[in-house]
Amino acid sequence: MIEATLDFLSAYSTLIALVGVNALLALSVWVTLYAGQLTLGNAAFMAVGAYVAALLERHLGTPFPLALACGAAVAALVAVPLGLTVFRLRGVYLAIATLAFGEVLRVILLATPITGGGQGLNGIPPTTELWHIYLSLAVVAYVLWRVQGATVGRAWAAVREDEIAAASQGIAVRRYKLAAFVAGALVAGWAGGLSAHITFSIEPNDFAFGKAVQILVFAVVGGIPNPLGPIFGAALFTALPELLRPLRDYRDIFQGLVLLAVIIYLPRGLVTVSQLRRTRRLQQIGAADVA
Amino acid sequence: MLEQLYNAIFIGSIYALFAVGFALVFSVLDILNLAHPTVFMLGAFAALFAIGTLGLPWYVAVPFAVVASGLFGIALDRIAFAPLRRRGAPPLSAMISSLAITLIVVRLVELRYGGDFITFPSGTVPSFLIRIGDATLEGVRLAIILLAVGLMAGLTFLVRQTQLGRDIRALAENPRAARILGVDVERAIAATFFISSALGGLAGVLLGFAYNSVDSKMGLPLELRAFTVMVVGGMGSLPGAVVGAYVLGLGEVASLVYLPAELRDAFAFGLLFLVLIVRPTGLFGQRATDRA
Repeated sequence: MIEATLDFLSAYSTLIALVGVNALLALSVWVTLYAGQLTLGNAAFMAVGAYVAALLERHLGTPFPLALACGAAVAALVAVPLGLTVFRLRGVYLAIATLAFGEVLRVILLATPITGGGQGLNGIPPTTELWHIYLSLAVVAYVLWRVQGATVGRAWAAVREDEIAAASQGIAVRRYKLAAFVAGALVAGWAGGLSAHITFSIEPNDFAFGKAVQILVFAVVGGIPNPLGPIFGAALFTALPELLRPLRDYRDIFQGLVLLAVIIYLPRGLVTVSQLRRTRRLQQIGAADVA
Repeated sequence: MLEQLYNAIFIGSIYALFAVGFALVFSVLDILNLAHPTVFMLGAFAALFAIGTLGLPWYVAVPFAVVASGLFGIALDRIAFAPLRRRGAPPLSAMISSLAITLIVVRLVELRYGGDFITFPSGTVPSFLIRIGDATLEGVRLAIILLAVGLMAGLTFLVRQTQLGRDIRALAENPRAARILGVDVERAIAATFFISSALGGLAGVLLGFAYNSVDSKMGLPLELRAFTVMVVGGMGSLPGAVVGAYVLGLGEVASLVYLPAELRDAFAFGLLFLVLIVRPTGLFGQRATDRA
């Protein structure tokens, strides 16, 4: 039994690592979605974390954990001025603005010599262990789970449901939106550092539009009601291509069909399969969907 | 210099045809249709199918591809958007369902045609040159520019002056009120998707003709450019989308001349970011920051 487990772990260790990293990324966008804000900048924050960590190690010999922390911190620092500017916008405008930021960053990475341009950085040591990823995931998930009931989480929910009402209750709407954005950037930056040390190499195109949308898909398909949703979503949509390997050429088609089915039939995500009835009721009273 | 300006206006015309359809769906239904680049690609492949497989001449293949794209647009709406609309789902859901359709359709096209660049059979795509002084210009591009300008004038007329246009605008303003006032909402929605996708598909056909190259990923570069065009012009404003498209076309060609090649994309997205920060309403937009 234990032996079988170990075999499984070694055979699928890359996949298991990817599931964990993607779950972290999905949680990073969950925070802003929970506050009702649709942002698509998390692939960019992931890039910041990955590049900062890899460059610090390479040029200054910074130890691994410290490099990761610096990467996450820089991502969060970048998020502050960005958030202050873009949170004048709402809805799809906000999504497009954060997306544009990601694309601008990608082009800067392509054009800068120290980041290796289009080739990116290669030979990043594979320092990340599975337990690093899953310990991070456990910590982040626990914190976010607890946050829901705390003042911050309730403020986020209030902003999501009705911004004007929240403001009239004395909630500093802009500040709470910014807090969600920066928290998301911190987690995405950390996940970026971890993932760079799994894949050996990073290049700007790894963090393009497609990645930003993929992260969003993990979170939305998993479900926004609580932090378990994004973890489910990331696990399913990371493992699905592997599971569907026998279907080969039809894999993308099947994946598209699953995505379509979930978004149409499970409005609040996979996490709510067991509570479909309740979801319908919530919708009737108009409290269901986010963003 | 003349050649560059000519190419800028040409690429601006393609962007305009593409973005006008994208903006139309957004302005009427608040949907960011991420499958619009897929329609663009499908249009080009429909033309390839008509010419290469059915052996039709290009002047039959173009209307064939346009109608096929338009019908695909209606099907797209019935499958991916109508169920969400009935439920009153947020715009985010429509983005994701259109993404799912993209995954499926791109793969289906690749199963039939593979993922590589394909050219039209030789001699089937019109091609001629115009010489002005010492500059040589490709004549097809001029025809494309004129066609695009004509179609956009036609679209403006349709939206402003016809009964269908009034129905569509009523729907954009308030679907419930439109229904109460006797507008056939379902028909107006279908027409919106048909027009949007027909124009998007046509843009794909024309770009395929101009470069004599078609591939399953040819729509991807247009996705973010459509956002740029729409934001620069003002979200959902059709004249804005046209002006934005030419601004982007000129800017891209200028940045190709004066900046290193890898910074070409930077222009589009830098412009996008700047406009959102400085003037989120764009050139022609009226309400912006509070529209979800």
